[in-house]
Amino acid sequence: MPLSTQSQSESDEYILVASLDNARNLSNILKAISFKDHAIFNATQNGLKVTVEDSKCLQANAFIQADIFQEFTIRQDVIGFQVNLTVLLDCLTIFGGSTVPGVSTALRMCYIGYGYPLTLFLEEAGVVTVCKINTQEPEEPLDFDFCSTNVTNKVILQSDSLKEAFSELDMTSEVLQLTMSPSHPYFRLSTFGNSGNAHYDYPKDSDMMELFQCTKTQKNRYKMSLLKPSTKALGLSCKVSVRTDSRGFLSLQYLVRNDDGQICFVEYYCCPDEEVDEE
Amino acid sequence: MDCVSTGGNVKVLAKAIHSLSRIGEELYLEPMEDGRYQAPPDQAFHCKMPIKSVQAVFRSLSSLERSVEKCRIQMNSEKSRLTITLHCKHGLLKTHNLSFQDCESLQAVFDKESRGNVLQAQPRLWVDTVLHFPPSLEEVCVSVSGERVWLKNHVEDDADPSRAMMTELCLSSEEFDHFAISSQNSITFCLKELRGLLTFAESSGLPVSMYFDDPGSPVVLSVSDSVLEANFVLATLSEDSHQHSHSNSKAERCKAQPPPDDFMSDDMDSYLIAMETSELAVPSYEPAPHPCSTNHRARLSSTRQEEEEEEEEELLDRPPSKKFCSLFFGSVLPASTQLTSQTTRSQEVLASDSEDEGEKE
Repeated sequence: MPLSTQSQSESDEYILVASLDNARNLSNILKAISFKDHAIFNATQNGLKVTVEDSKCLQANAFIQADIFQEFTIRQDVIGFQVNLTVLLDCLTIFGGSTVPGVSTALRMCYIGYGYPLTLFLEEAGVVTVCKINTQEPEEPLDFDFCSTNVTNKVILQSDSLKEAFSELDMTSEVLQLTMSPSHPYFRLSTFGNSGNAHYDYPKDSDMMELFQCTKTQKNRYKMSLLKPSTKALGLSCKVSVRTDSRGFLSLQYLVRNDDGQICFVEYYCCPDEEVDEE
Repeated sequence: MDCVSTGGNVKVLAKAIHSLSRIGEELYLEPMEDGRYQAPPDQAFHCKMPIKSVQAVFRSLSSLERSVEKCRIQMNSEKSRLTITLHCKHGLLKTHNLSFQDCESLQAVFDKESRGNVLQAQPRLWVDTVLHFPPSLEEVCVSVSGERVWLKNHVEDDADPSRAMMTELCLSSEEFDHFAISSQNSITFCLKELRGLLTFAESSGLPVSMYFDDPGSPVVLSVSDSVLEANFVLATLSEDSHQHSHSNSKAERCKAQPPPDDFMSDDMDSYLIAMETSELAVPSYEPAPHPCSTNHRARLSSTRQEEEEEEEEELLDRPPSKKFCSLFFGSVLPASTQLTSQTTRSQEVLASDSEDEGEKE
């Protein structure tokens, strides 16, 4: 395979080399967080973390563990850079992104270091493309300070039922209200649109509900425009965990299986829109 | 009002709403005494709301079919709120609270049983026929006589002859489940509404009946079974406009071949002769009526107009299209005084001229 015939000296220069036989295992998951142009890449021994933020109120992270890659070599403890995510996705899907079985785009992603572009070697059916994408100084991602010890309410749902609700959400509503409670209505999504309001109730004993741990009734509102992009991640996932902490901050964690059945995670953090009196 | 529908009936309800959404922008809901609706006499009220809000509740027919087990509709007149609750699989409950406006009850003045002509056929027949007309076509003309039914597109008289395309289909009476014609007749109405009804009828598999009389009086398209009845009451073009389009096509373009059976009345013949020998040029359909004809129209139209307005309301806020109105205005009266009296007698005016437009909805 052409990608592996790089000279040894070149390989020694890279501080990060990540290879995939199927580039879709990276592009699909990055599409789930591609609501903004720029993404912060953070690579460690554990793998790759890609972060996208919006309005200082929303943060989405995609985690692709090291063992997803066919090769993952890192010569520093932490490597960070920022690239244009839209351009990166265009390059990853440069061969068209069609899903013909047996044909996939192979990827070798290389980074020499600070100040150098991110180099992508892409190959499909013997054709090789080399892309060099400029990198920028990585911004410091927001720290939502969301820790598991502070979690007030947590549920884990099978994604299918939420997918339907999210696709039907009344987009004329500015906010999405989330109610989580140990008593009725347990788990409720509400919208307040032009023609009226709508509520989607999931009972705690529903067979779509895999875990239900709610300690306190909480009603929080989040801007619809911020949460709507998470629908893409929801679409890829098979399970989602919804957690709120004492401040009303929301954490959505999606379990995504890639083409080869391997597990990746996408998470969204969102600040509440306004204070709503708790009942 | 509090009603429940279950299983497959929810999809039928959804389809009815989608079908109505192709006709107008507002939905009027009225609970009735019989059937499943409960309307205590002292709480009789009627509501209207934008149809898009209700359509949003039943947006995805496939997901309705897949997951909805029960649908409950409750009307709260005090809060002007309609609550639609969908009980879905896995315990999921979807509740939609829609606000509505109170309104007067809509009553279309029609009695389909008294119509002289009735055609009934499986929806498939109507769908296959209508398929031949371009999707952009607005009006269709249905002519009946003896043992035959013709459907053709209604070509605007001011249409460019080099671009106009005439499509005509002829169906034998045997193709219909029921064929009862009292007189030769030809009516023209909006195809869009017929298509709307057909999408509903086809999915329910119920035969579609068409009840009509003379041009100018409404046509009723109807489907019914033991649990539902749908009536679409549409206005039809009045007779004088009809004569117009035929006379024009004869005089001007000689394109439209009239059906071999003569269904035109004797009055029509003399009118046509007058048209062909008239000094006046081809009528232009500008809304600038002849001064004396306005007076005639105003007198003749007074009683007819009230009926028209009620029929218009049934069309859910959509008055007969502007095109219909302009055709009435453009009615040409020959210069000769002898013919004037004859033509005004045979004229049936359905709408006043543009100055009165503000009175209509």
